Amino acid sequence: MNTNFKIIEIFKSFLLEIGELSFFASRFFREAFRSPMEFKEFLRQCYNMGNRSLLLVAVTGFIIGLVFTLQSRPTLLEFGAVSWMPSMVSISIIREIGPIITALICAGRIGSGIGAELGSMRVTEQIDAMEVSGTNPFKYLVVTRILATTFMLPILVFFGDAIALFGSYLVENVKGNVSFLLYFNKVFNALEFGDLIPATIKTFFFGFAIGLVGCFKGYYCKKGTAGVGLAANSAVVFTSMLLFIIDFIAVFVTDIFYDL
Amino acid sequence: MTPETPNTKAIITIKDLKKSYGDHHVLNGFNMVLNEGENLVIMGKSGSGKSVMIKCLVGLEQPDSGSIEVMGENINELNRSALDELRTEIGFLFQGSALYDSMTVRENLEFPLRRHTKKFGVLKDTTPLVMEALENVGLADTINLMPEELSGGMKRRIALARTLILQPKIILYDEPTTGLDPITAKEILILMKSIQQKYNTSSLIITHDVDCARVISNRMILLVDGINYAEGTFKELSSSTDPKIQAFFK
Repeated sequence: MNTNFKIIEIFKSFLLEIGELSFFASRFFREAFRSPMEFKEFLRQCYNMGNRSLLLVAVTGFIIGLVFTLQSRPTLLEFGAVSWMPSMVSISIIREIGPIITALICAGRIGSGIGAELGSMRVTEQIDAMEVSGTNPFKYLVVTRILATTFMLPILVFFGDAIALFGSYLVENVKGNVSFLLYFNKVFNALEFGDLIPATIKTFFFGFAIGLVGCFKGYYCKKGTAGVGLAANSAVVFTSMLLFIIDFIAVFVTDIFYDL
Repeated sequence: MTPETPNTKAIITIKDLKKSYGDHHVLNGFNMVLNEGENLVIMGKSGSGKSVMIKCLVGLEQPDSGSIEVMGENINELNRSALDELRTEIGFLFQGSALYDSMTVRENLEFPLRRHTKKFGVLKDTTPLVMEALENVGLADTINLMPEELSGGMKRRIALARTLILQPKIILYDEPTTGLDPITAKEILILMKSIQQKYNTSSLIITHDVDCARVISNRMILLVDGINYAEGTFKELSSSTDPKIQAFFK
């Protein structure tokens, strides 16, 4: 009885959070198209998010490309299909591994950062101070950050994919003596718009989700330093879950249009 | 320091203000009038509704009922842009200073200036106004520092400079001396007094610091259980025999 009650309570609070998040998202769309446009702050956020995540995305992408190729190679050799390696790696990385891994890294790096920053601003009354000074804090802090993550994530994914393919090429070059030109010729021959376009579109949604949840958790952070930690932590957990859900929906929709 | 005689024209009028959070009634019909040029101190215990009242006053919280008139405008009936414009006439000094910690002192002071172009026009060079505000609080040499490089007292002074930069008619102080050592607290009080004299602002000061009330107030309101329990000058209230009032001055 007690367990049932607890499950119902958890489910109710989950639904409540979804409702609040939806309301927060609808406020974002209302505010995003109203003047004044905080263009300078948007650019500053783009620079911060892109620049500061570049190294992490590059290192992760490089290692993924390297490891993926190293582990797949023996199996492909066994079937005499090692020449398919560039095609297989490129399709896997462009369609799925690149976007989801980069998005998860950014959820940890950017999403938690936004949650902690806005949470700390809420706790120290900086958001109230902004409001009292006649500035709309939602527009200045939230809209700019969500737009920045939405536009920067596709760029980071594109960059991460390129580095991952380069990592894969290095393994092929060392183990199979494959030239740069041959490798990337095979990569581009294997790729179609049907691989690239849906994968790029879903990264915009990933970026939006990272910014939205990070801002939501931080903006409504409860008082106290513990609240800031909780906001940062729950931003990562909630965003990661949301990313997989968006990914599932994206693959489902892509399957309808492109017949995977 | 002797309190000045304020004008009698009301600049803020609060009538029958009520605010609850669930079953917890914070304000139960609070009334208040702040006159032009007056320093009004509101004293109350922690949780008595002082901060909630001051947040209702600037539109950070919505009251359940009652009316708040600031400079003749009922703030609950104003739309966002009208409220933002009215807020340029109200300075708010937060208890924790609330400086934007990702900005330098200069950027903190420029932030409201760049957003309210109606008052000063589009300023190409904000330096003279920023310097004037910093000189008023005696911290002109901190212009390029980050908030983390400042002490608690310096932060409070910079926050005061930020509230002054738009040259407001009203300044609201939320616990201006809390968390400061006695010497710095006294310096802040002297600064508040000199600003009031220089710019002829009206001040509403929320505090539980008796020294602060004694030095700064023209008039005081004691807030108990969400209502104004007693009202008068510091001298009148401190000499009262009512045990509830005496508890504030012990």
